[in-house]
Amino acid sequence: MSEFKTLTKQGLWENNPALVQLLGLCPLLAVTASVTNALGLGLATLFVLVGSNITVSLVRQWVPQEIRIPVFVMVIATFVTIIQLLMNAYVYQLYQTLGIFIPLIVTNCAIIGRAEAYASKNKWNYAAIDGLMMGLGFAAVLVVLGGLREILGNGTLFDGAELLLGEWAKQLRIELFSLDYPLLLAILPPGAFIGMGFIIALKNRIDAKREELQASEKTVTRARVTAES
Amino acid sequence: MSFKVAAAPHGHSQKKTNQVMAWVVFALIPGVLIQSYFFGWGVWFQILIAISVAYLAESICVWARERSARQALRDNTALVTAVLLAISIPPLAPWWIIVIGTLFSIVVVKQVYGGMGQNIFNPAMAGYVLLLISFPVQMTHWLPAAPIAPYDLGVWQTLHTIIFEYTPAGYDVEQLRTTVDGISMATPLDGVKTALDQGQILSEAYQLPMMGALAGIGWQWLNLGFLLGGAILLQQRVIRWHIPVGFLAGLLIPSLLAHVFAPSIMPGPIFHALSGATMLGAFFIATDPVSAATSDRGRLLFGLLIGLLIWVIRTWGGYPDAVAFAVLLANLCVPIIDRYTRPTVYGHHSGAKHDAE
Repeated sequence: MSEFKTLTKQGLWENNPALVQLLGLCPLLAVTASVTNALGLGLATLFVLVGSNITVSLVRQWVPQEIRIPVFVMVIATFVTIIQLLMNAYVYQLYQTLGIFIPLIVTNCAIIGRAEAYASKNKWNYAAIDGLMMGLGFAAVLVVLGGLREILGNGTLFDGAELLLGEWAKQLRIELFSLDYPLLLAILPPGAFIGMGFIIALKNRIDAKREELQASEKTVTRARVTAES
Repeated sequence: MSFKVAAAPHGHSQKKTNQVMAWVVFALIPGVLIQSYFFGWGVWFQILIAISVAYLAESICVWARERSARQALRDNTALVTAVLLAISIPPLAPWWIIVIGTLFSIVVVKQVYGGMGQNIFNPAMAGYVLLLISFPVQMTHWLPAAPIAPYDLGVWQTLHTIIFEYTPAGYDVEQLRTTVDGISMATPLDGVKTALDQGQILSEAYQLPMMGALAGIGWQWLNLGFLLGGAILLQQRVIRWHIPVGFLAGLLIPSLLAHVFAPSIMPGPIFHALSGATMLGAFFIATDPVSAATSDRGRLLFGLLIGLLIWVIRTWGGYPDAVAFAVLLANLCVPIIDRYTRPTVYGHHSGAKHDAE
């Protein structure tokens, strides 16, 4: 049971693919102009990650060491194709908004990184949990960054959520304040970099504070678990 | 007879940081006076707001970082950043423009990177770029210079416009820029660029109402004022000649060549030298000792790169002026410039070659 706990902790916080490994930055920075886009891409990535992790783990005994990377890419590409067709069918407008970044999930290093580092060496149920937690961690950062940029740049939250979740989601839209002149920078790519920098800084700050607290308690004298895959 | 033994360096500049920065502000005075003559009282209010916000933000950041606030405020670097940003933006820009820009300059560009001496970007120009890409409308609303301005705003009217975004009589800035004929006046750089883009030739573009004898009305004197301030800085040895010379060479030589080869579509060096923020950039902005290159050769290259980038962006880019973008891009190149222009230590082989082996 403790393995699942470790996986959860690793995926969501200590080895978060976006905050610590800094993988998959391209979609992370490009599509997080609003919460809806971020959530859409986060869920798509989550699905691909869980699917590819399970599949890679199941076939790991039969994949020759020399050609494992092409095989993993084929597996990932299959799942990306599935999610792309699904999004094309059911959330067409969001599919159009996200555009090239859905097919580009194939090249998201966070996914092949998990396949190579974890799924190809562990049993399928562990690999599934690992994929789920890593995907959730990635999606969480996407949503936080998307929320930050949407508030600063647009003054709203969940704008256009009905594109992803259906008609009822129109009520989710929150208008925090109305700006005559939005802070365009937050919506533009540089704003994503600056926002990302602040989120990483915040995470490091929290870690440092926690370490400080642990050190001052003196009861626990264990070394800090640093990022390792 | 006693011989004092002391470690190198033996030559000292007697000026401390706060004195250097005070000289920079002092040398800005001629330019600011000319700006307030041609473009109204707004610049003084912008400077006032910028300085207050900068000192407040600096104190809070330094306090949060548990450093001595008194020391940080006395080195005058925040003052220079605030003044440079305030004179770069349009004098009638609403108050929140300068507040956001100054906050970004001081908090994000300077303090987050580690405070005085640690910033890799020029704080004032990073703040300017943030404002320019976030609020393009407010940041390009320069009024026509005083001799051709349709309205003459007093002190109270200017303050009212900065605070409420319209004059007591109810005109907003867009209306203030509009002449009797209903044509809004662009800055000289913008006007000439637009005219050339529309297929006019240079001599036609120079007939525009905002053009003066050398460059734009008002702008030519503004640039000469900053040139005078730059001369003061050079004379006082606050800055060295390498960056301004490189900057002006990088801007003027290409524009001269282009003007010789295509006299009808390429503005000449005098227009480039006396338009926009050329002189302010060459003597006050690019010479920021923290974010510029460190060696003499490096500074020459750094200046050349900025000048060339300005000419390229002014000629083919989407924005009429480019000092801020060029300075930030050159700031990014500083580590590599420093690496390849390392001076040779006496008695050693050339630094770069030695390093490559």
